[in-house]
Amino acid sequence: MSAEHHNNDKHDSKHGYYTGDIHNQFIEEHHQSNSVSSIWKTFWILLAITLFEVGIAFTSIPHSILIVIFIVLTIVKAYYIVAYFMHLKHEKKSLAYSIVLPFLLILYLIVMALAEGNYLNLVG
Amino acid sequence: MAVEATTEKPKNKAWGGGVSPYNVSWGKMYMWFFLVSDAFTFSSLIIAYGVMRHRFADIWPLANDVFTHFPFIEGHIPLAYVGLMTFILIMSSVTMVLAVDAGHKRNNKAVANWMLLTIIGGFMFLGSQAWEWYHFIHGTEQGAYIMNDGTVARPSINATTHEIDLNTLLLPGGKTVSGAEAAEIIATSEHFHGANMVKNEYGHPLFGDFFFFITGFHGFHVFSGVMINIIIFINVLNGVYIKRGHYEQVEKTGLYWHFVDLVWVFVFTFFYLV
Repeated sequence: MSAEHHNNDKHDSKHGYYTGDIHNQFIEEHHQSNSVSSIWKTFWILLAITLFEVGIAFTSIPHSILIVIFIVLTIVKAYYIVAYFMHLKHEKKSLAYSIVLPFLLILYLIVMALAEGNYLNLVG
Repeated sequence: MAVEATTEKPKNKAWGGGVSPYNVSWGKMYMWFFLVSDAFTFSSLIIAYGVMRHRFADIWPLANDVFTHFPFIEGHIPLAYVGLMTFILIMSSVTMVLAVDAGHKRNNKAVANWMLLTIIGGFMFLGSQAWEWYHFIHGTEQGAYIMNDGTVARPSINATTHEIDLNTLLLPGGKTVSGAEAAEIIATSEHFHGANMVKNEYGHPLFGDFFFFITGFHGFHVFSGVMINIIIFINVLNGVYIKRGHYEQVEKTGLYWHFVDLVWVFVFTFFYLV
């Protein structure tokens, strides 16, 4: 059924595909937003952050400050991977929120579990 | 035609039925929500690591003292090897996006080439991880003395001669013992090299357990990703996506592959950097 659609619309100037579900909606592919130059830009950013992280690991910056820097930079790297490599920046906002917001629960688990970890030695 | 009927819907009625509210195919949405659940699994593992690290904060081994090897180079080189592994994985992520991009341009040959490079990158990462495990399991030349209470005493290395110094033992938390006390530890403790699931020479046994489990679980994800990439690569060579008219399957596989890269970014930070 959907295969017929594909064949009918192959000559369509717009690139894309059909969702294949009951709506069988046409999904347009955006290549402008993910051009080759932006891919390489993301690569250089990720590489630079990683090299910076390895570099500052050997400096005399106090470990407590280093930990904060590392975690912030990790989240920056994660943003670039998810937004540009996984293309989430150019998906619908509703989809992006459905994927990102559940991680507030992980944030909550981190706070609770690490606080617990500091007290575990009291119970053996 | 059903397609024409859907385009007549007003745009602000995304959830009113008749249109795909997320404007993605079911396959891509399933992949995204699978990745969310998989990310929860990895988060739980890394948080469990964090809890135990906080619990044994005073005696937890520092990764900088454990993973110090680099192929063909002698000496104490922390972080360089995992840095290289990170580079390999980011690089294979780039070749994956370039494969997806080539798919958007309907360039079958370019998709095949980029997929092949992605697969090679995946194998390079797996090989690196095998090398890392080998060194972790076999341990160092000096090994360590594991006392009855599980505390690990490591022989120190002389800074100038690079010889193993059994007179000075390093205890967890930066303490040292020497002389008769060190001799007694050596006489009464078990000499052990490397690591297994029960004990390791680096410090607390849980450090080894978490290392094996988290990097192993991630490595298995990489292995699965490489296998899926190979299947897609064969499909591309056979012209499956030319017949289908689009390369969405490459995109969905790409999502999984980038996720593997994403998890490694976190493992790199929480296992090796922090």
